Amino acid sequence: MNLLTLIVLLPLAGFLLNGLFGARLGKGFVSVVGCGLPVLAFLAAVRAFGELDGAAGLALVATAYTWAVVGDFSFDISFYLDRLSALMTLIVTGVGSLIHIYSTGYMKDDASYARYFAYLNLFLFFMLLLVLGRSLLVCFVGWEGVGLASYLLIGFWFEDPAKAAAGKKAFITNRVGDAGFLLGMFLLYHALGTLDFDAVNAAFQGPVAPAVSASLVGVLLFIGATGKSAQIPLHVWLPDAMAGPTPVSALIHAATMVTAGVYLVARLNGLYLVAPEASQLIAVVGVATAFFAATIAVVQTDIKKVLAYSTISQLGFMFLALGVGAYGVAVFHVYTHAFFKACLFLGAGSVIHALGGEQDIRRMGGLAKRIPVTFVAFAVATAAIAGLPPLAGFFSKDEILWYAFASERGGSALLWAVASVTALLTAFYMFRLLMLTFLTPSRMDEHTEHHVHESPLSMNGVLAVLAVLSAIGGFFHVHLFLEPVMPLPETAHALEHLELPLIILAVVVGLAGLAAAVYVYRGGLDRAERLERRFPGLHRLLSGRYYVDELYEAVLGRPLHWVSDRVFLKLGDRRLIDGSLHGLASLAQRAAGRLSSVETGQLQQYLWLALMGIVAMLAWMWRYG
Amino acid sequence: MDRTQLLLGLAFALFSLGFVGVMIRRNALVMLMFMELMLNGVILSLVTFAERSATLSGAVLVFPVFVVAAAEIAIAIPIVLLVARRRRTLDVGAWSELKG
Repeated sequence: MNLLTLIVLLPLAGFLLNGLFGARLGKGFVSVVGCGLPVLAFLAAVRAFGELDGAAGLALVATAYTWAVVGDFSFDISFYLDRLSALMTLIVTGVGSLIHIYSTGYMKDDASYARYFAYLNLFLFFMLLLVLGRSLLVCFVGWEGVGLASYLLIGFWFEDPAKAAAGKKAFITNRVGDAGFLLGMFLLYHALGTLDFDAVNAAFQGPVAPAVSASLVGVLLFIGATGKSAQIPLHVWLPDAMAGPTPVSALIHAATMVTAGVYLVARLNGLYLVAPEASQLIAVVGVATAFFAATIAVVQTDIKKVLAYSTISQLGFMFLALGVGAYGVAVFHVYTHAFFKACLFLGAGSVIHALGGEQDIRRMGGLAKRIPVTFVAFAVATAAIAGLPPLAGFFSKDEILWYAFASERGGSALLWAVASVTALLTAFYMFRLLMLTFLTPSRMDEHTEHHVHESPLSMNGVLAVLAVLSAIGGFFHVHLFLEPVMPLPETAHALEHLELPLIILAVVVGLAGLAAAVYVYRGGLDRAERLERRFPGLHRLLSGRYYVDELYEAVLGRPLHWVSDRVFLKLGDRRLIDGSLHGLASLAQRAAGRLSSVETGQLQQYLWLALMGIVAMLAWMWRYG
Repeated sequence: MDRTQLLLGLAFALFSLGFVGVMIRRNALVMLMFMELMLNGVILSLVTFAERSATLSGAVLVFPVFVVAAAEIAIAIPIVLLVARRRRTLDVGAWSELKG
């Protein structure tokens, strides 16, 4: 079997094995299958990466199956491995495998252990389909599939109605984006007659412009990306998605699935290069999302919610990079983000595990000495996301800021300024989280305090690996590695002398965030509460998350509910459909009531009627026959 | 009045007698007997016409009519008996469960 097909099918095998037999064969079997197959997929991905290197920059293509033949066009399930998809495959399988291993510790006591690993493997399968698929169609199958896996895992503890509702919210919000994706795909197929990524890119880069507006297609596909990657206005599902088990949040809602939108835009860079309007929109939406999500994160009190908003914010950074044409840089940030965000989420999981389910950072504190391994990993990842050199986040975020400022493809000082303020906020809320969780005096109650324990090796080992990767990952310059596939945009020559000052400024911004967080939260919550009282309106607005959910409820939810209830249920269903059926039934009943009076039960009367009938018939026949 | 007319008049009289009997009597067994009378009227007219047109087919048709009449009575009598045993009466006016 082909290597690429093997990479995709290994997790599917895990899903089938665990899903069908896992519950009967025990946790040992589930752990070996659930972790072993992703690790094997990772090794296969490494091997494929090596082969790709040998192929001198050319892409590896493998057709697994011909799905359908329509006319003279055939829809193939084929896989495409170039430097971009190879890198994504390595991230997905690598970080994915680590999170699987972590899960064996985190989910140890869960009753539905096998179901959990089955879903996790299913997710990996669809994600690999998304990343490796050669055509938009295969990618779309993976796209929908990860949505499904995400739904299943958010609502993993479905006994709790709130968690089941969060799953539904994620699914439905994603459907809105999927509509855009589908429309974009239809347009492309209509204009080009092919959906293969390489063919689409080549068509838009070719000498003859395709008969379709690149910006229209670009915007439609970007709508799909906003759904999956939680950008404004479809960002509302991601914070709620934290209802799932924490490793799921790390895997799906931080490191891999939510980057699908970024991957899609980067994959279609040939299209977006000739779609300046769509690119501009992407840059603006990205930077706006980054900023607003960061402001919300500043006041969140749930450890996972802070990380969720920080994820939205970081995804905004990635889209900013895509919008200014720096596709490789966006993928660079995907790559570093996967490490430090996975590390942060798994660290948060370790904290929650240690505290027996507590997630409110106002009731934490002083954990640095109690769970030192988690603390060190968390601190490294925090510094990485805050952009402190020489950790991973510094390199990628700095590149994004630079291209936002100086790119010839739509970079501007305004984008840079908003992004820099966001970076400051990022450093502030991340160090706030670190301070409140680990460093300030303990605010735990006695029972929780007593319960605190360091996590098992399976969890701490993974944390350590991810912390190391967060620290050194930035030295592998992904955007330069990807340059053969996705060239970096030109930067304005007049601005080049500013590059070094901007880097220094970025570092200063990170340190300023750190200093502000230390200043405000050094003594616990007192100073923050005073600030809260000073700006009650702002605090309400931020902790209400700009009331976007309430707005959607008022603008979409309630009218929809009203129309469904009044028009479709009461008028349409009850009155028209039920009414016409009941009307017909009662008509038949009443008519039968009248007619039944003919049936008197008197035999002689029936005979009379029969005789009359015969006579009438004979008369008729005599007259006309 | 020739012989044919006489026979047809007899057949009509038999049929009418039977019909009036079925119409006015309420005893189920008696009604069945009157129905046999009506059949006999019909059979008589068949034979008369057959003789007059000098063909055999009308006379032959008499035998199927006999067979059907015998079969009919063989089924009707047990039904009447069963109903009568259940209702303890032969009055058809009392058998009116299906009236609307």
